[in-house]
Amino acid sequence: MTDFERKIRADFPLIESSRCVYLDNGATTQKPECVLTEINRYYETMNANPMRGLYELSVEATEAYENARTVTANFINAEDPREIIFTRNATESLNLVAYSYGAHALKPGDEVIVSVAEHHSNFLPWVEASKRTGAKVVFFDCAPDGSFDLDELKKLVNTHTKVLAVNAVSNVTGQKNDIAAMADIIHEAGGVIVVDGSQSVPHESTDVQVLKADFLAFSGHKMYAPMGIGVLYGRKELLDAMPPFLYGGEMIETVSKERVTYAEVPHKFEAGTVNAGGALGLKAAVEYITKVGFDKITAKERELVKTAVEGMKEIPHVNIIGGENPDDHHGIVSFIIDGVHPHDVSEIFASENIALRAGHHCAEPLHRHLKVMSTTRMSVGMYNTCGEIEQFLDVLKSIRARMGYKDDRQYFLQ
Amino acid sequence: MTGNTFYNEIINEHNLKPYHKRAVEGANFTLEGVNPSCGDDIVLELKVEDGIIVDGGFTGDGCAISQASADIMLDLIIGKSQEEAIRLSDIFLRMIKGSITDEEKEELEEAGILESVSHMPARVKCAVLGWRTMRELFGRTD
Repeated sequence: MTDFERKIRADFPLIESSRCVYLDNGATTQKPECVLTEINRYYETMNANPMRGLYELSVEATEAYENARTVTANFINAEDPREIIFTRNATESLNLVAYSYGAHALKPGDEVIVSVAEHHSNFLPWVEASKRTGAKVVFFDCAPDGSFDLDELKKLVNTHTKVLAVNAVSNVTGQKNDIAAMADIIHEAGGVIVVDGSQSVPHESTDVQVLKADFLAFSGHKMYAPMGIGVLYGRKELLDAMPPFLYGGEMIETVSKERVTYAEVPHKFEAGTVNAGGALGLKAAVEYITKVGFDKITAKERELVKTAVEGMKEIPHVNIIGGENPDDHHGIVSFIIDGVHPHDVSEIFASENIALRAGHHCAEPLHRHLKVMSTTRMSVGMYNTCGEIEQFLDVLKSIRARMGYKDDRQYFLQ
Repeated sequence: MTGNTFYNEIINEHNLKPYHKRAVEGANFTLEGVNPSCGDDIVLELKVEDGIIVDGGFTGDGCAISQASADIMLDLIIGKSQEEAIRLSDIFLRMIKGSITDEEKEELEEAGILESVSHMPARVKCAVLGWRTMRELFGRTD
């Protein structure tokens, strides 16, 4: 184990104590001690309902919560902290945009372009928004390696185009998209780009201004923060123009029997008691990531993926979904094995204490487009080691033999 | 590495060379069984004459457990009466829930090797797909 690996792993209690080789980071990540401590600190020393009480505890809770917003805004280089809306997760963030921006901007005949590689959470909300408004969903298909051709996008765009919904990194292929270039195309047509950053924000430095993103959604729990806290970034003038998503407490200015005035952003979109503990956990995760440094995190994860992809290419009957080049896979490598169902593959890995995900990864349209029913996915985090990738490869080599195939090159585990 | 998977020779054999994976000529009972969450999808066909299952087969795709289990089931029920097939499937379903006697397990013949699925909650649906589909074919929807 390298010094970096040893040092990082020591920060994660579950990683230190579990025998599990955890390679399901695309689903959720483990939490470092500092995040857990921060959540505790919030509840032990400053818990009160933020933005309501005039007493000291509530003021402190409000300040801590708003500070988490500022830290998050700086993390993705948003111009204004008010452009950060705290949600439960990326799914809620994307539902918020589709519902609220949809209600504001979509009308019959309009078109929403959705990439075929979207997670269902950046697809289904647009299907429903289209049903409500009379707009139409148009698919942006990818090449067999999961890459998107910008010229194809240019052909899809027309005067009816209002939205492009696309991920920064695919949760199946690990393919990274050129968001800034896509944003240029959609902006020229007068539309907005809604980016699902769930698989990119945890793994590489994100600058919403460089990406030219109008909206960016991501989840805390995939970036070492607790479950139940997520983020929607939106450009302020867009958020200002949108109607609220949820109605209730702490999202109003005045309410009488006759009329209501809603609060300003971001509070307009944060109805009800907020997840202040979660927001502080997210802040701690951001600070932890910043302390480790994306230069080191991205380099480490690249090394892990390179080791995996190069090893996998050597194994007969293993087929990687997506690009040939290790650098095409940003933290994620999905694969199929000839003649072995992905559920059997992940079952065998589970019996060796290696956690992988099998199925369609909530991206059925992509699987259908690539003509695979389901896949097995391994996805790395900053605490994974090259030794773990070697273990993964050893088990992978043995699978066909375990399933009764008599191949020319037979592998058995020692 | 000492991981003990339950993919043994019997399961592998039934998965790789399913004897009953074919369309059945003259089938008078046909039903598709699907596990939407994992994509197991089979079509079960049975030919029943005078209450006796005289022939049966299945087509489709799925994991080794779903495929092997369907093949093993057909081994067991072909030649038996509808009622007997239902009774055996009662035993099988109880086995997967973890409550049968040794004598009952004997009656299931090779299907008894799927008992360990009772410790694998995520795979129960795969193991029972063929059996559930057969019960539905005969009007049992419980």
